[in-house]
Amino acid sequence: MTAEARAPRSRLDPEPVSRRDFLGLAALWAAASALGFALIGSLRLPRAAVLSSPSKKFRVTLPESLPAGQAFVPPGRAVALFRDAEGVYAVSLICTHLGCVVKSTPTGFECPCHGSRFGLDGTVAKGPAPQPLPWHKITGGAGDYVVDESANVPQGTRLKA
Amino acid sequence: MSGQQRPSSALQDFARNLRQAPRRFLETVFRHGPPRTDRTRSTFVFGNVFLHLHTARTHRWSLRWTTTLGLGLVSAAAFVITLVTGILLMFYYKPYPDAAYQSIKDIHFVVPTGQFMRNIHRWAANVMVVAVILHMARVFYTGAYRAPREFNWVIGMGLLVTTLGLSFTGYLLPWDQLAYWAITIGANIAQSPREITDALGITEWADVGGLQRQLLLGSDVVGEEALIRFYLLHVMLLPLLLAALLAVHFWRIRKDGGLARPAGADQRLGPPPGDTYPVFTEAPQKTYQLAAIVRGRTAAVGNGPENTLPSMPHLFYAELGVFMLTTLICLALSLWIDAPLKELANPNVPENPAKAPWYFLGLQECVSFSAFMGGVGIPLIVLVGLGLIPYLDREDKGTGEWFGGPGGWPLVRRAVLFGLGAAIGVEALAIRCGWLREWFPDIPQLVITFVNPGTILAALYAVFSLFEVRRRNSVRAGALALFTCFLCGFVVLTVIGTHFRGPNWDFFWSPADWPKH
Repeated sequence: MTAEARAPRSRLDPEPVSRRDFLGLAALWAAASALGFALIGSLRLPRAAVLSSPSKKFRVTLPESLPAGQAFVPPGRAVALFRDAEGVYAVSLICTHLGCVVKSTPTGFECPCHGSRFGLDGTVAKGPAPQPLPWHKITGGAGDYVVDESANVPQGTRLKA
Repeated sequence: MSGQQRPSSALQDFARNLRQAPRRFLETVFRHGPPRTDRTRSTFVFGNVFLHLHTARTHRWSLRWTTTLGLGLVSAAAFVITLVTGILLMFYYKPYPDAAYQSIKDIHFVVPTGQFMRNIHRWAANVMVVAVILHMARVFYTGAYRAPREFNWVIGMGLLVTTLGLSFTGYLLPWDQLAYWAITIGANIAQSPREITDALGITEWADVGGLQRQLLLGSDVVGEEALIRFYLLHVMLLPLLLAALLAVHFWRIRKDGGLARPAGADQRLGPPPGDTYPVFTEAPQKTYQLAAIVRGRTAAVGNGPENTLPSMPHLFYAELGVFMLTTLICLALSLWIDAPLKELANPNVPENPAKAPWYFLGLQECVSFSAFMGGVGIPLIVLVGLGLIPYLDREDKGTGEWFGGPGGWPLVRRAVLFGLGAAIGVEALAIRCGWLREWFPDIPQLVITFVNPGTILAALYAVFSLFEVRRRNSVRAGALALFTCFLCGFVVLTVIGTHFRGPNWDFFWSPADWPKH
């Protein structure tokens, strides 16, 4: 061993890493990063790739005698259908605040959970709801319609009856 | 010596050993005699894996019942009770929609003692929530969060949140109307960051809210995936988290030198009882334990003579008493009032009003102003504010004294008046006159999110506290004012949510005025 190799080195000029240490450290870091990536990968587990959810489309037959401005709520669905002179439209009954099912009243809709009120066209009149009730897309005609809860249309869009 | 001692036969040895076996067995379990001397009392503590979370001797100040009111112990005891009864309930509970409801009905009506166990579980959970809040208030008002106990205060906040999480996930499991709509509302609160991202128009790229909701529900809709996730949280993840935090919480009490006590505690306690023998009759200047690896001084240095008593029996009997009292309270409440079970979950019709259990009604009141601010923003502000208290209040005058000694109580009284007054005032305004949406129908949602009765109240409390800091020239005064205000706000909102809100979350003076359906 020469004298130069033993000369004290500063912190800025550290001892060169020996081959054995280098291999050891490389193995350690490789193992650690493999574990890290495996952990990050497994964090995806709680988010399912395929979500179970019932069909968002359903068929409905509007009663002939439904008066204008009165809501028709198909059993088991959170949608209100209306018929007036201009046509048929479907308003969602799921409160845009925290997801409770709102009740249809002669003047609009009211939410039992936190007191949001909506007008007949779904506009927010009062309370914490941040958005108006959306209008859903309707297809079909002559009393038989298909409502698609996953597709929204601009407020005021009616299907000509 | 003189006579020939007859060697005993192996058979006689066997008979003698057999006779002595029970006594020997006990000796091997406990290793030392009954705890009658100070020495055996000490070994009783440090020779036992469960008891050695405690020190072998306890300061006399910590043993006074006014020091803690036993509230931390009540919380821990209630946790143990929920653990035991919860495991028993798991024998019959089935985490699947509708089956869950039927199994709770079975537990209530068919399983022997099932109704009693479920009642105890529910009441112990309620006792735990109350005790944790009161315990936090006790620690705050006696200044016990100060150095070196700052981080234990933060751990305590983690315990508070975990306790509330356990309560929330607990009442989701019966799959009745309360459970179903609470899951719906809870998942939508998790989704409420959309209120901000929608207003900014960035939901498409950064849908934090949607991701949170999906992680909670495991689906787009509330159903079996959601129930099994909340079941997992309730019986596994949260209890494990709580137990881990609890272990750290207890351990740190010991490592931080026991309970906080005022500087003059020893003088105020007077001489120790005649039949006790203090250790460290003089203040040691050095102790040599672990000297090679631990930096800094041990808690014993400079603290002598120690005004301590053996933990066995003085501390342990008191703890046993608190534990038994907690059990008694839970049993009495269980015999008196049954745990509620509403109708089977109906995804088409929420209850009207749909009310959470009492401890979340203050939150529900905040949420009725804005989903994001009430459900995420304000709770976060309160938690950050509480967690910062020990790092902002670095004074040491009045540590260990209720309300920081004389002068503290008048300040707290003023803060109570302001806290109650501001909360009632803001609520009265919102109830009588409505809020921004009714005054300006076209107002942007972001304004309502950030300017609503909840945020106004929080801002009023912050301003009042800063005013007290300036007036008293003391950060401690501000902390006292802020904590007291938040406690008062919590009480006012909870009372309004519990008693004065009816169908459609409208205001009613009494439930008797609710409209008939």
